[in-house]
Amino acid sequence: MSALPAATPARTGWLRDLRRIATFTGKRLIALILTVLVGVYLTILIANMGGQVDDLRMLQIRATVSEQVRADPAFFDMPSEERNELIERQVQLEVERRRLDEPFMVRSIDYLAQGMQLDLGRAEEMHSDSGSREVYQIIVERLPATLLLFGTANLLVFFVSVWAALWLSRRYGSPADRSVIALAPSSAAPGWFYGIFLILIFAFLVPVLPAGGMVDIPPPEDSWAYAASVMRHMVLPVAAMFISSIFISIYSWRTFFLIHSSEDYVEMARAKGLPSSLIERRYILRPTLSPIVTSFALMLIGLWSGAIILEQVFNWPGLGTLLFQAIGYRDTPVIIGSVVIFAYLLALTVFLLDILYAILDPRVRVGIEGDNR
Amino acid sequence: MNRWLSGLRELRQYPSAIGGMALIAFLIGLSVYTVIVIPYSQALEQWRGGEQWQMHPVNAGPVWADRLLGGNKPETITVSSDDATVEERTFDGGRQLRIPLGFDFTYDDFPSEINLFLQSRGTERQGFVRLSWRTPDGDTIPLGTQRIARDDRVSISQNRSLEGRLGQPPHIGLFAGADPGDNPEPVAGRYELVVDAMLFGDDPTLSAELAVYGRVHGIAGTDHQRRDLMVALLWGTPVALAFGLLAAVGTTVTTLVIAAAGVWFGGLVDATIQRLTEVNIILPLLPILVMVGTLYSTSIWLMLGVVIALGIFSAGIKMYRAMLLPIRQAPYIEAARAYGASNTRIIMRYMIPRILPVLIPTFVTLIPTYVFLEASLAVLGLGDPVLPTWGKVLNDAQVQSALYNGFYYWVVSPALLLMLTGLGFAMLGFALDRVFNPRLRTQ
Repeated sequence: MSALPAATPARTGWLRDLRRIATFTGKRLIALILTVLVGVYLTILIANMGGQVDDLRMLQIRATVSEQVRADPAFFDMPSEERNELIERQVQLEVERRRLDEPFMVRSIDYLAQGMQLDLGRAEEMHSDSGSREVYQIIVERLPATLLLFGTANLLVFFVSVWAALWLSRRYGSPADRSVIALAPSSAAPGWFYGIFLILIFAFLVPVLPAGGMVDIPPPEDSWAYAASVMRHMVLPVAAMFISSIFISIYSWRTFFLIHSSEDYVEMARAKGLPSSLIERRYILRPTLSPIVTSFALMLIGLWSGAIILEQVFNWPGLGTLLFQAIGYRDTPVIIGSVVIFAYLLALTVFLLDILYAILDPRVRVGIEGDNR
Repeated sequence: MNRWLSGLRELRQYPSAIGGMALIAFLIGLSVYTVIVIPYSQALEQWRGGEQWQMHPVNAGPVWADRLLGGNKPETITVSSDDATVEERTFDGGRQLRIPLGFDFTYDDFPSEINLFLQSRGTERQGFVRLSWRTPDGDTIPLGTQRIARDDRVSISQNRSLEGRLGQPPHIGLFAGADPGDNPEPVAGRYELVVDAMLFGDDPTLSAELAVYGRVHGIAGTDHQRRDLMVALLWGTPVALAFGLLAAVGTTVTTLVIAAAGVWFGGLVDATIQRLTEVNIILPLLPILVMVGTLYSTSIWLMLGVVIALGIFSAGIKMYRAMLLPIRQAPYIEAARAYGASNTRIIMRYMIPRILPVLIPTFVTLIPTYVFLEASLAVLGLGDPVLPTWGKVLNDAQVQSALYNGFYYWVVSPALLLMLTGLGFAMLGFALDRVFNPRLRTQ
């Protein structure tokens, strides 16, 4: 759809546009990979606590090994000196196996390489529902739940708010418009906050909807019944997110559209007597499409973080709850793994935003680097 | 300066600004009151819990909420032996005491628990007490006999044999009259717990304190550790305001200075700042805070530091940069350069003040974001270990399944205060936005 209006000199313009978009995307991809690299490395540095993690691990290794040796009946008759020596040897072996004898800088590069390849190591306490100890498996198992919940809520908020804002920008100053302005400050509270109230009202005072979880227990056998059950469980969390971001969203879009609908070319189109739906589509929405997409992506970025607590409040089995459980177990590999995955998700969002931007913004295609990004 | 004053004057036209300022003023007043009435060290001491709360009921709701709904649930009644008329009889090597602890019970619901605290002093060996309960009907129910230590707590509610005899938990059975039936109702009237004590020693004394715990307490109610929630609700206010304000100031000021420096110096400095911003956008703030909280410490000041550190290169830099770029070319900056102003001077005195008015609304709306961030961390269980905050109350409530157990007040009151804070700043911020943002004003 993008290249059609620009394709005046038929095929050559097409190819040129594609090439430009490809180089732009390539550049951005490299920049983003570098960014993720730095981000993940910072995470590793923070997680290492300036070497304290290593000390803790050494202590833990020593404790486990000496426990093992002392409890083994085969070593009961051993004189204590010999036994201590054995413990020392075992500890040394374990330390070498985990490469704790190497300097941290070497290992951190190693961790970085592993982190970038999403080889996130093995969890200390937790395991996935299928029994795997791989952090990657544990996280990937939770990802669809998060995507389902947040995808639904975000798309809903986005489309409803853009549509409502367009509608309101035509009715500037009407009671509906003013009530949206008055309600906009309600978005100061995050979704989980409204979630608490929604649970209180709809799950306890008027028990019509489930207070938490993703499906009924036990899960229904029939796949339609399963889907219906998931839908029922989604109502409250989606509503919480919807309430917390809808008014501010409508408010900012409305202001945005108001500014753009007073542009000269829109006045001109109005003067020509074009129907208002056409004016909206072609004269207001099309030029503002790239900022709209930007803000959508920024909203996605913001909501990735908000997810953690909302999921915890609604007991939704997604990434947020996982992180919360990992905090409970003090399971460092899972926590670091989640941070890395979050960083990747954010980078992915930014990358998709860039590609969309390249497609939507003619300046990128023509080769002018916009300064207002 | 004139622009500011006229802006402030214009603000008075917006009812939402007035409302927001009233809310903020209320919260600031509450903070000042709190800090004066309950000093910091005392608040920490109280919130640590323990003995000092033993006269408070467990999980009691606020009194006003119950009375508003037309209920008449009991408040806690304490009767001390200091106010009772004690019958004494001294014999060779000891003393016999009879302490009647009487009280009037007029409520429509049963108490939640009954405890008797005994303190004996000057005894040579352990004495005995025999407890009996007198109901308004004139019945006497024996509660058993036991030895007493120096400081003793007799949990009458947990007396299993008594529960077996009454057929109900003692705090219900003792108030239900002679023939309670299936749906016991409390009988109003004067009850009396008679403590008959036998003490051995030259001059032994015994003081007794009866606590008939209620189901409602004070303005805010109590939590599972008998702590008065008022402490946390009050102290949450200054903590939340301080955290929100410091975090907002810290991030806005540093971001602004860095953006201005980038625009002014341009070239490599600008490019570096831009790339750092891009890295920072990818770093997920909350997971990193969670990580820091788990691995290092959950001190609120460390969290504040991390929030500010991660907020320095925030997405705001891009916005400020776009605003500052045209200013860089302005003639008055040229003039400043001509008279030999230093780089720092140009950045701090010429560039930043120009965009400050536009920033004020952003700054004000940023405060509640950080207030809620602190609450979010606390709800995740990473609240400050010693400070009482709203988020920690919410966390306690969630851990104790407050909603499931019907302790709605436990969740609603901190949430309401959070909401007020958020609303206050957001309302003011939105009004400021319309005043200071000329682009919106023309509409």
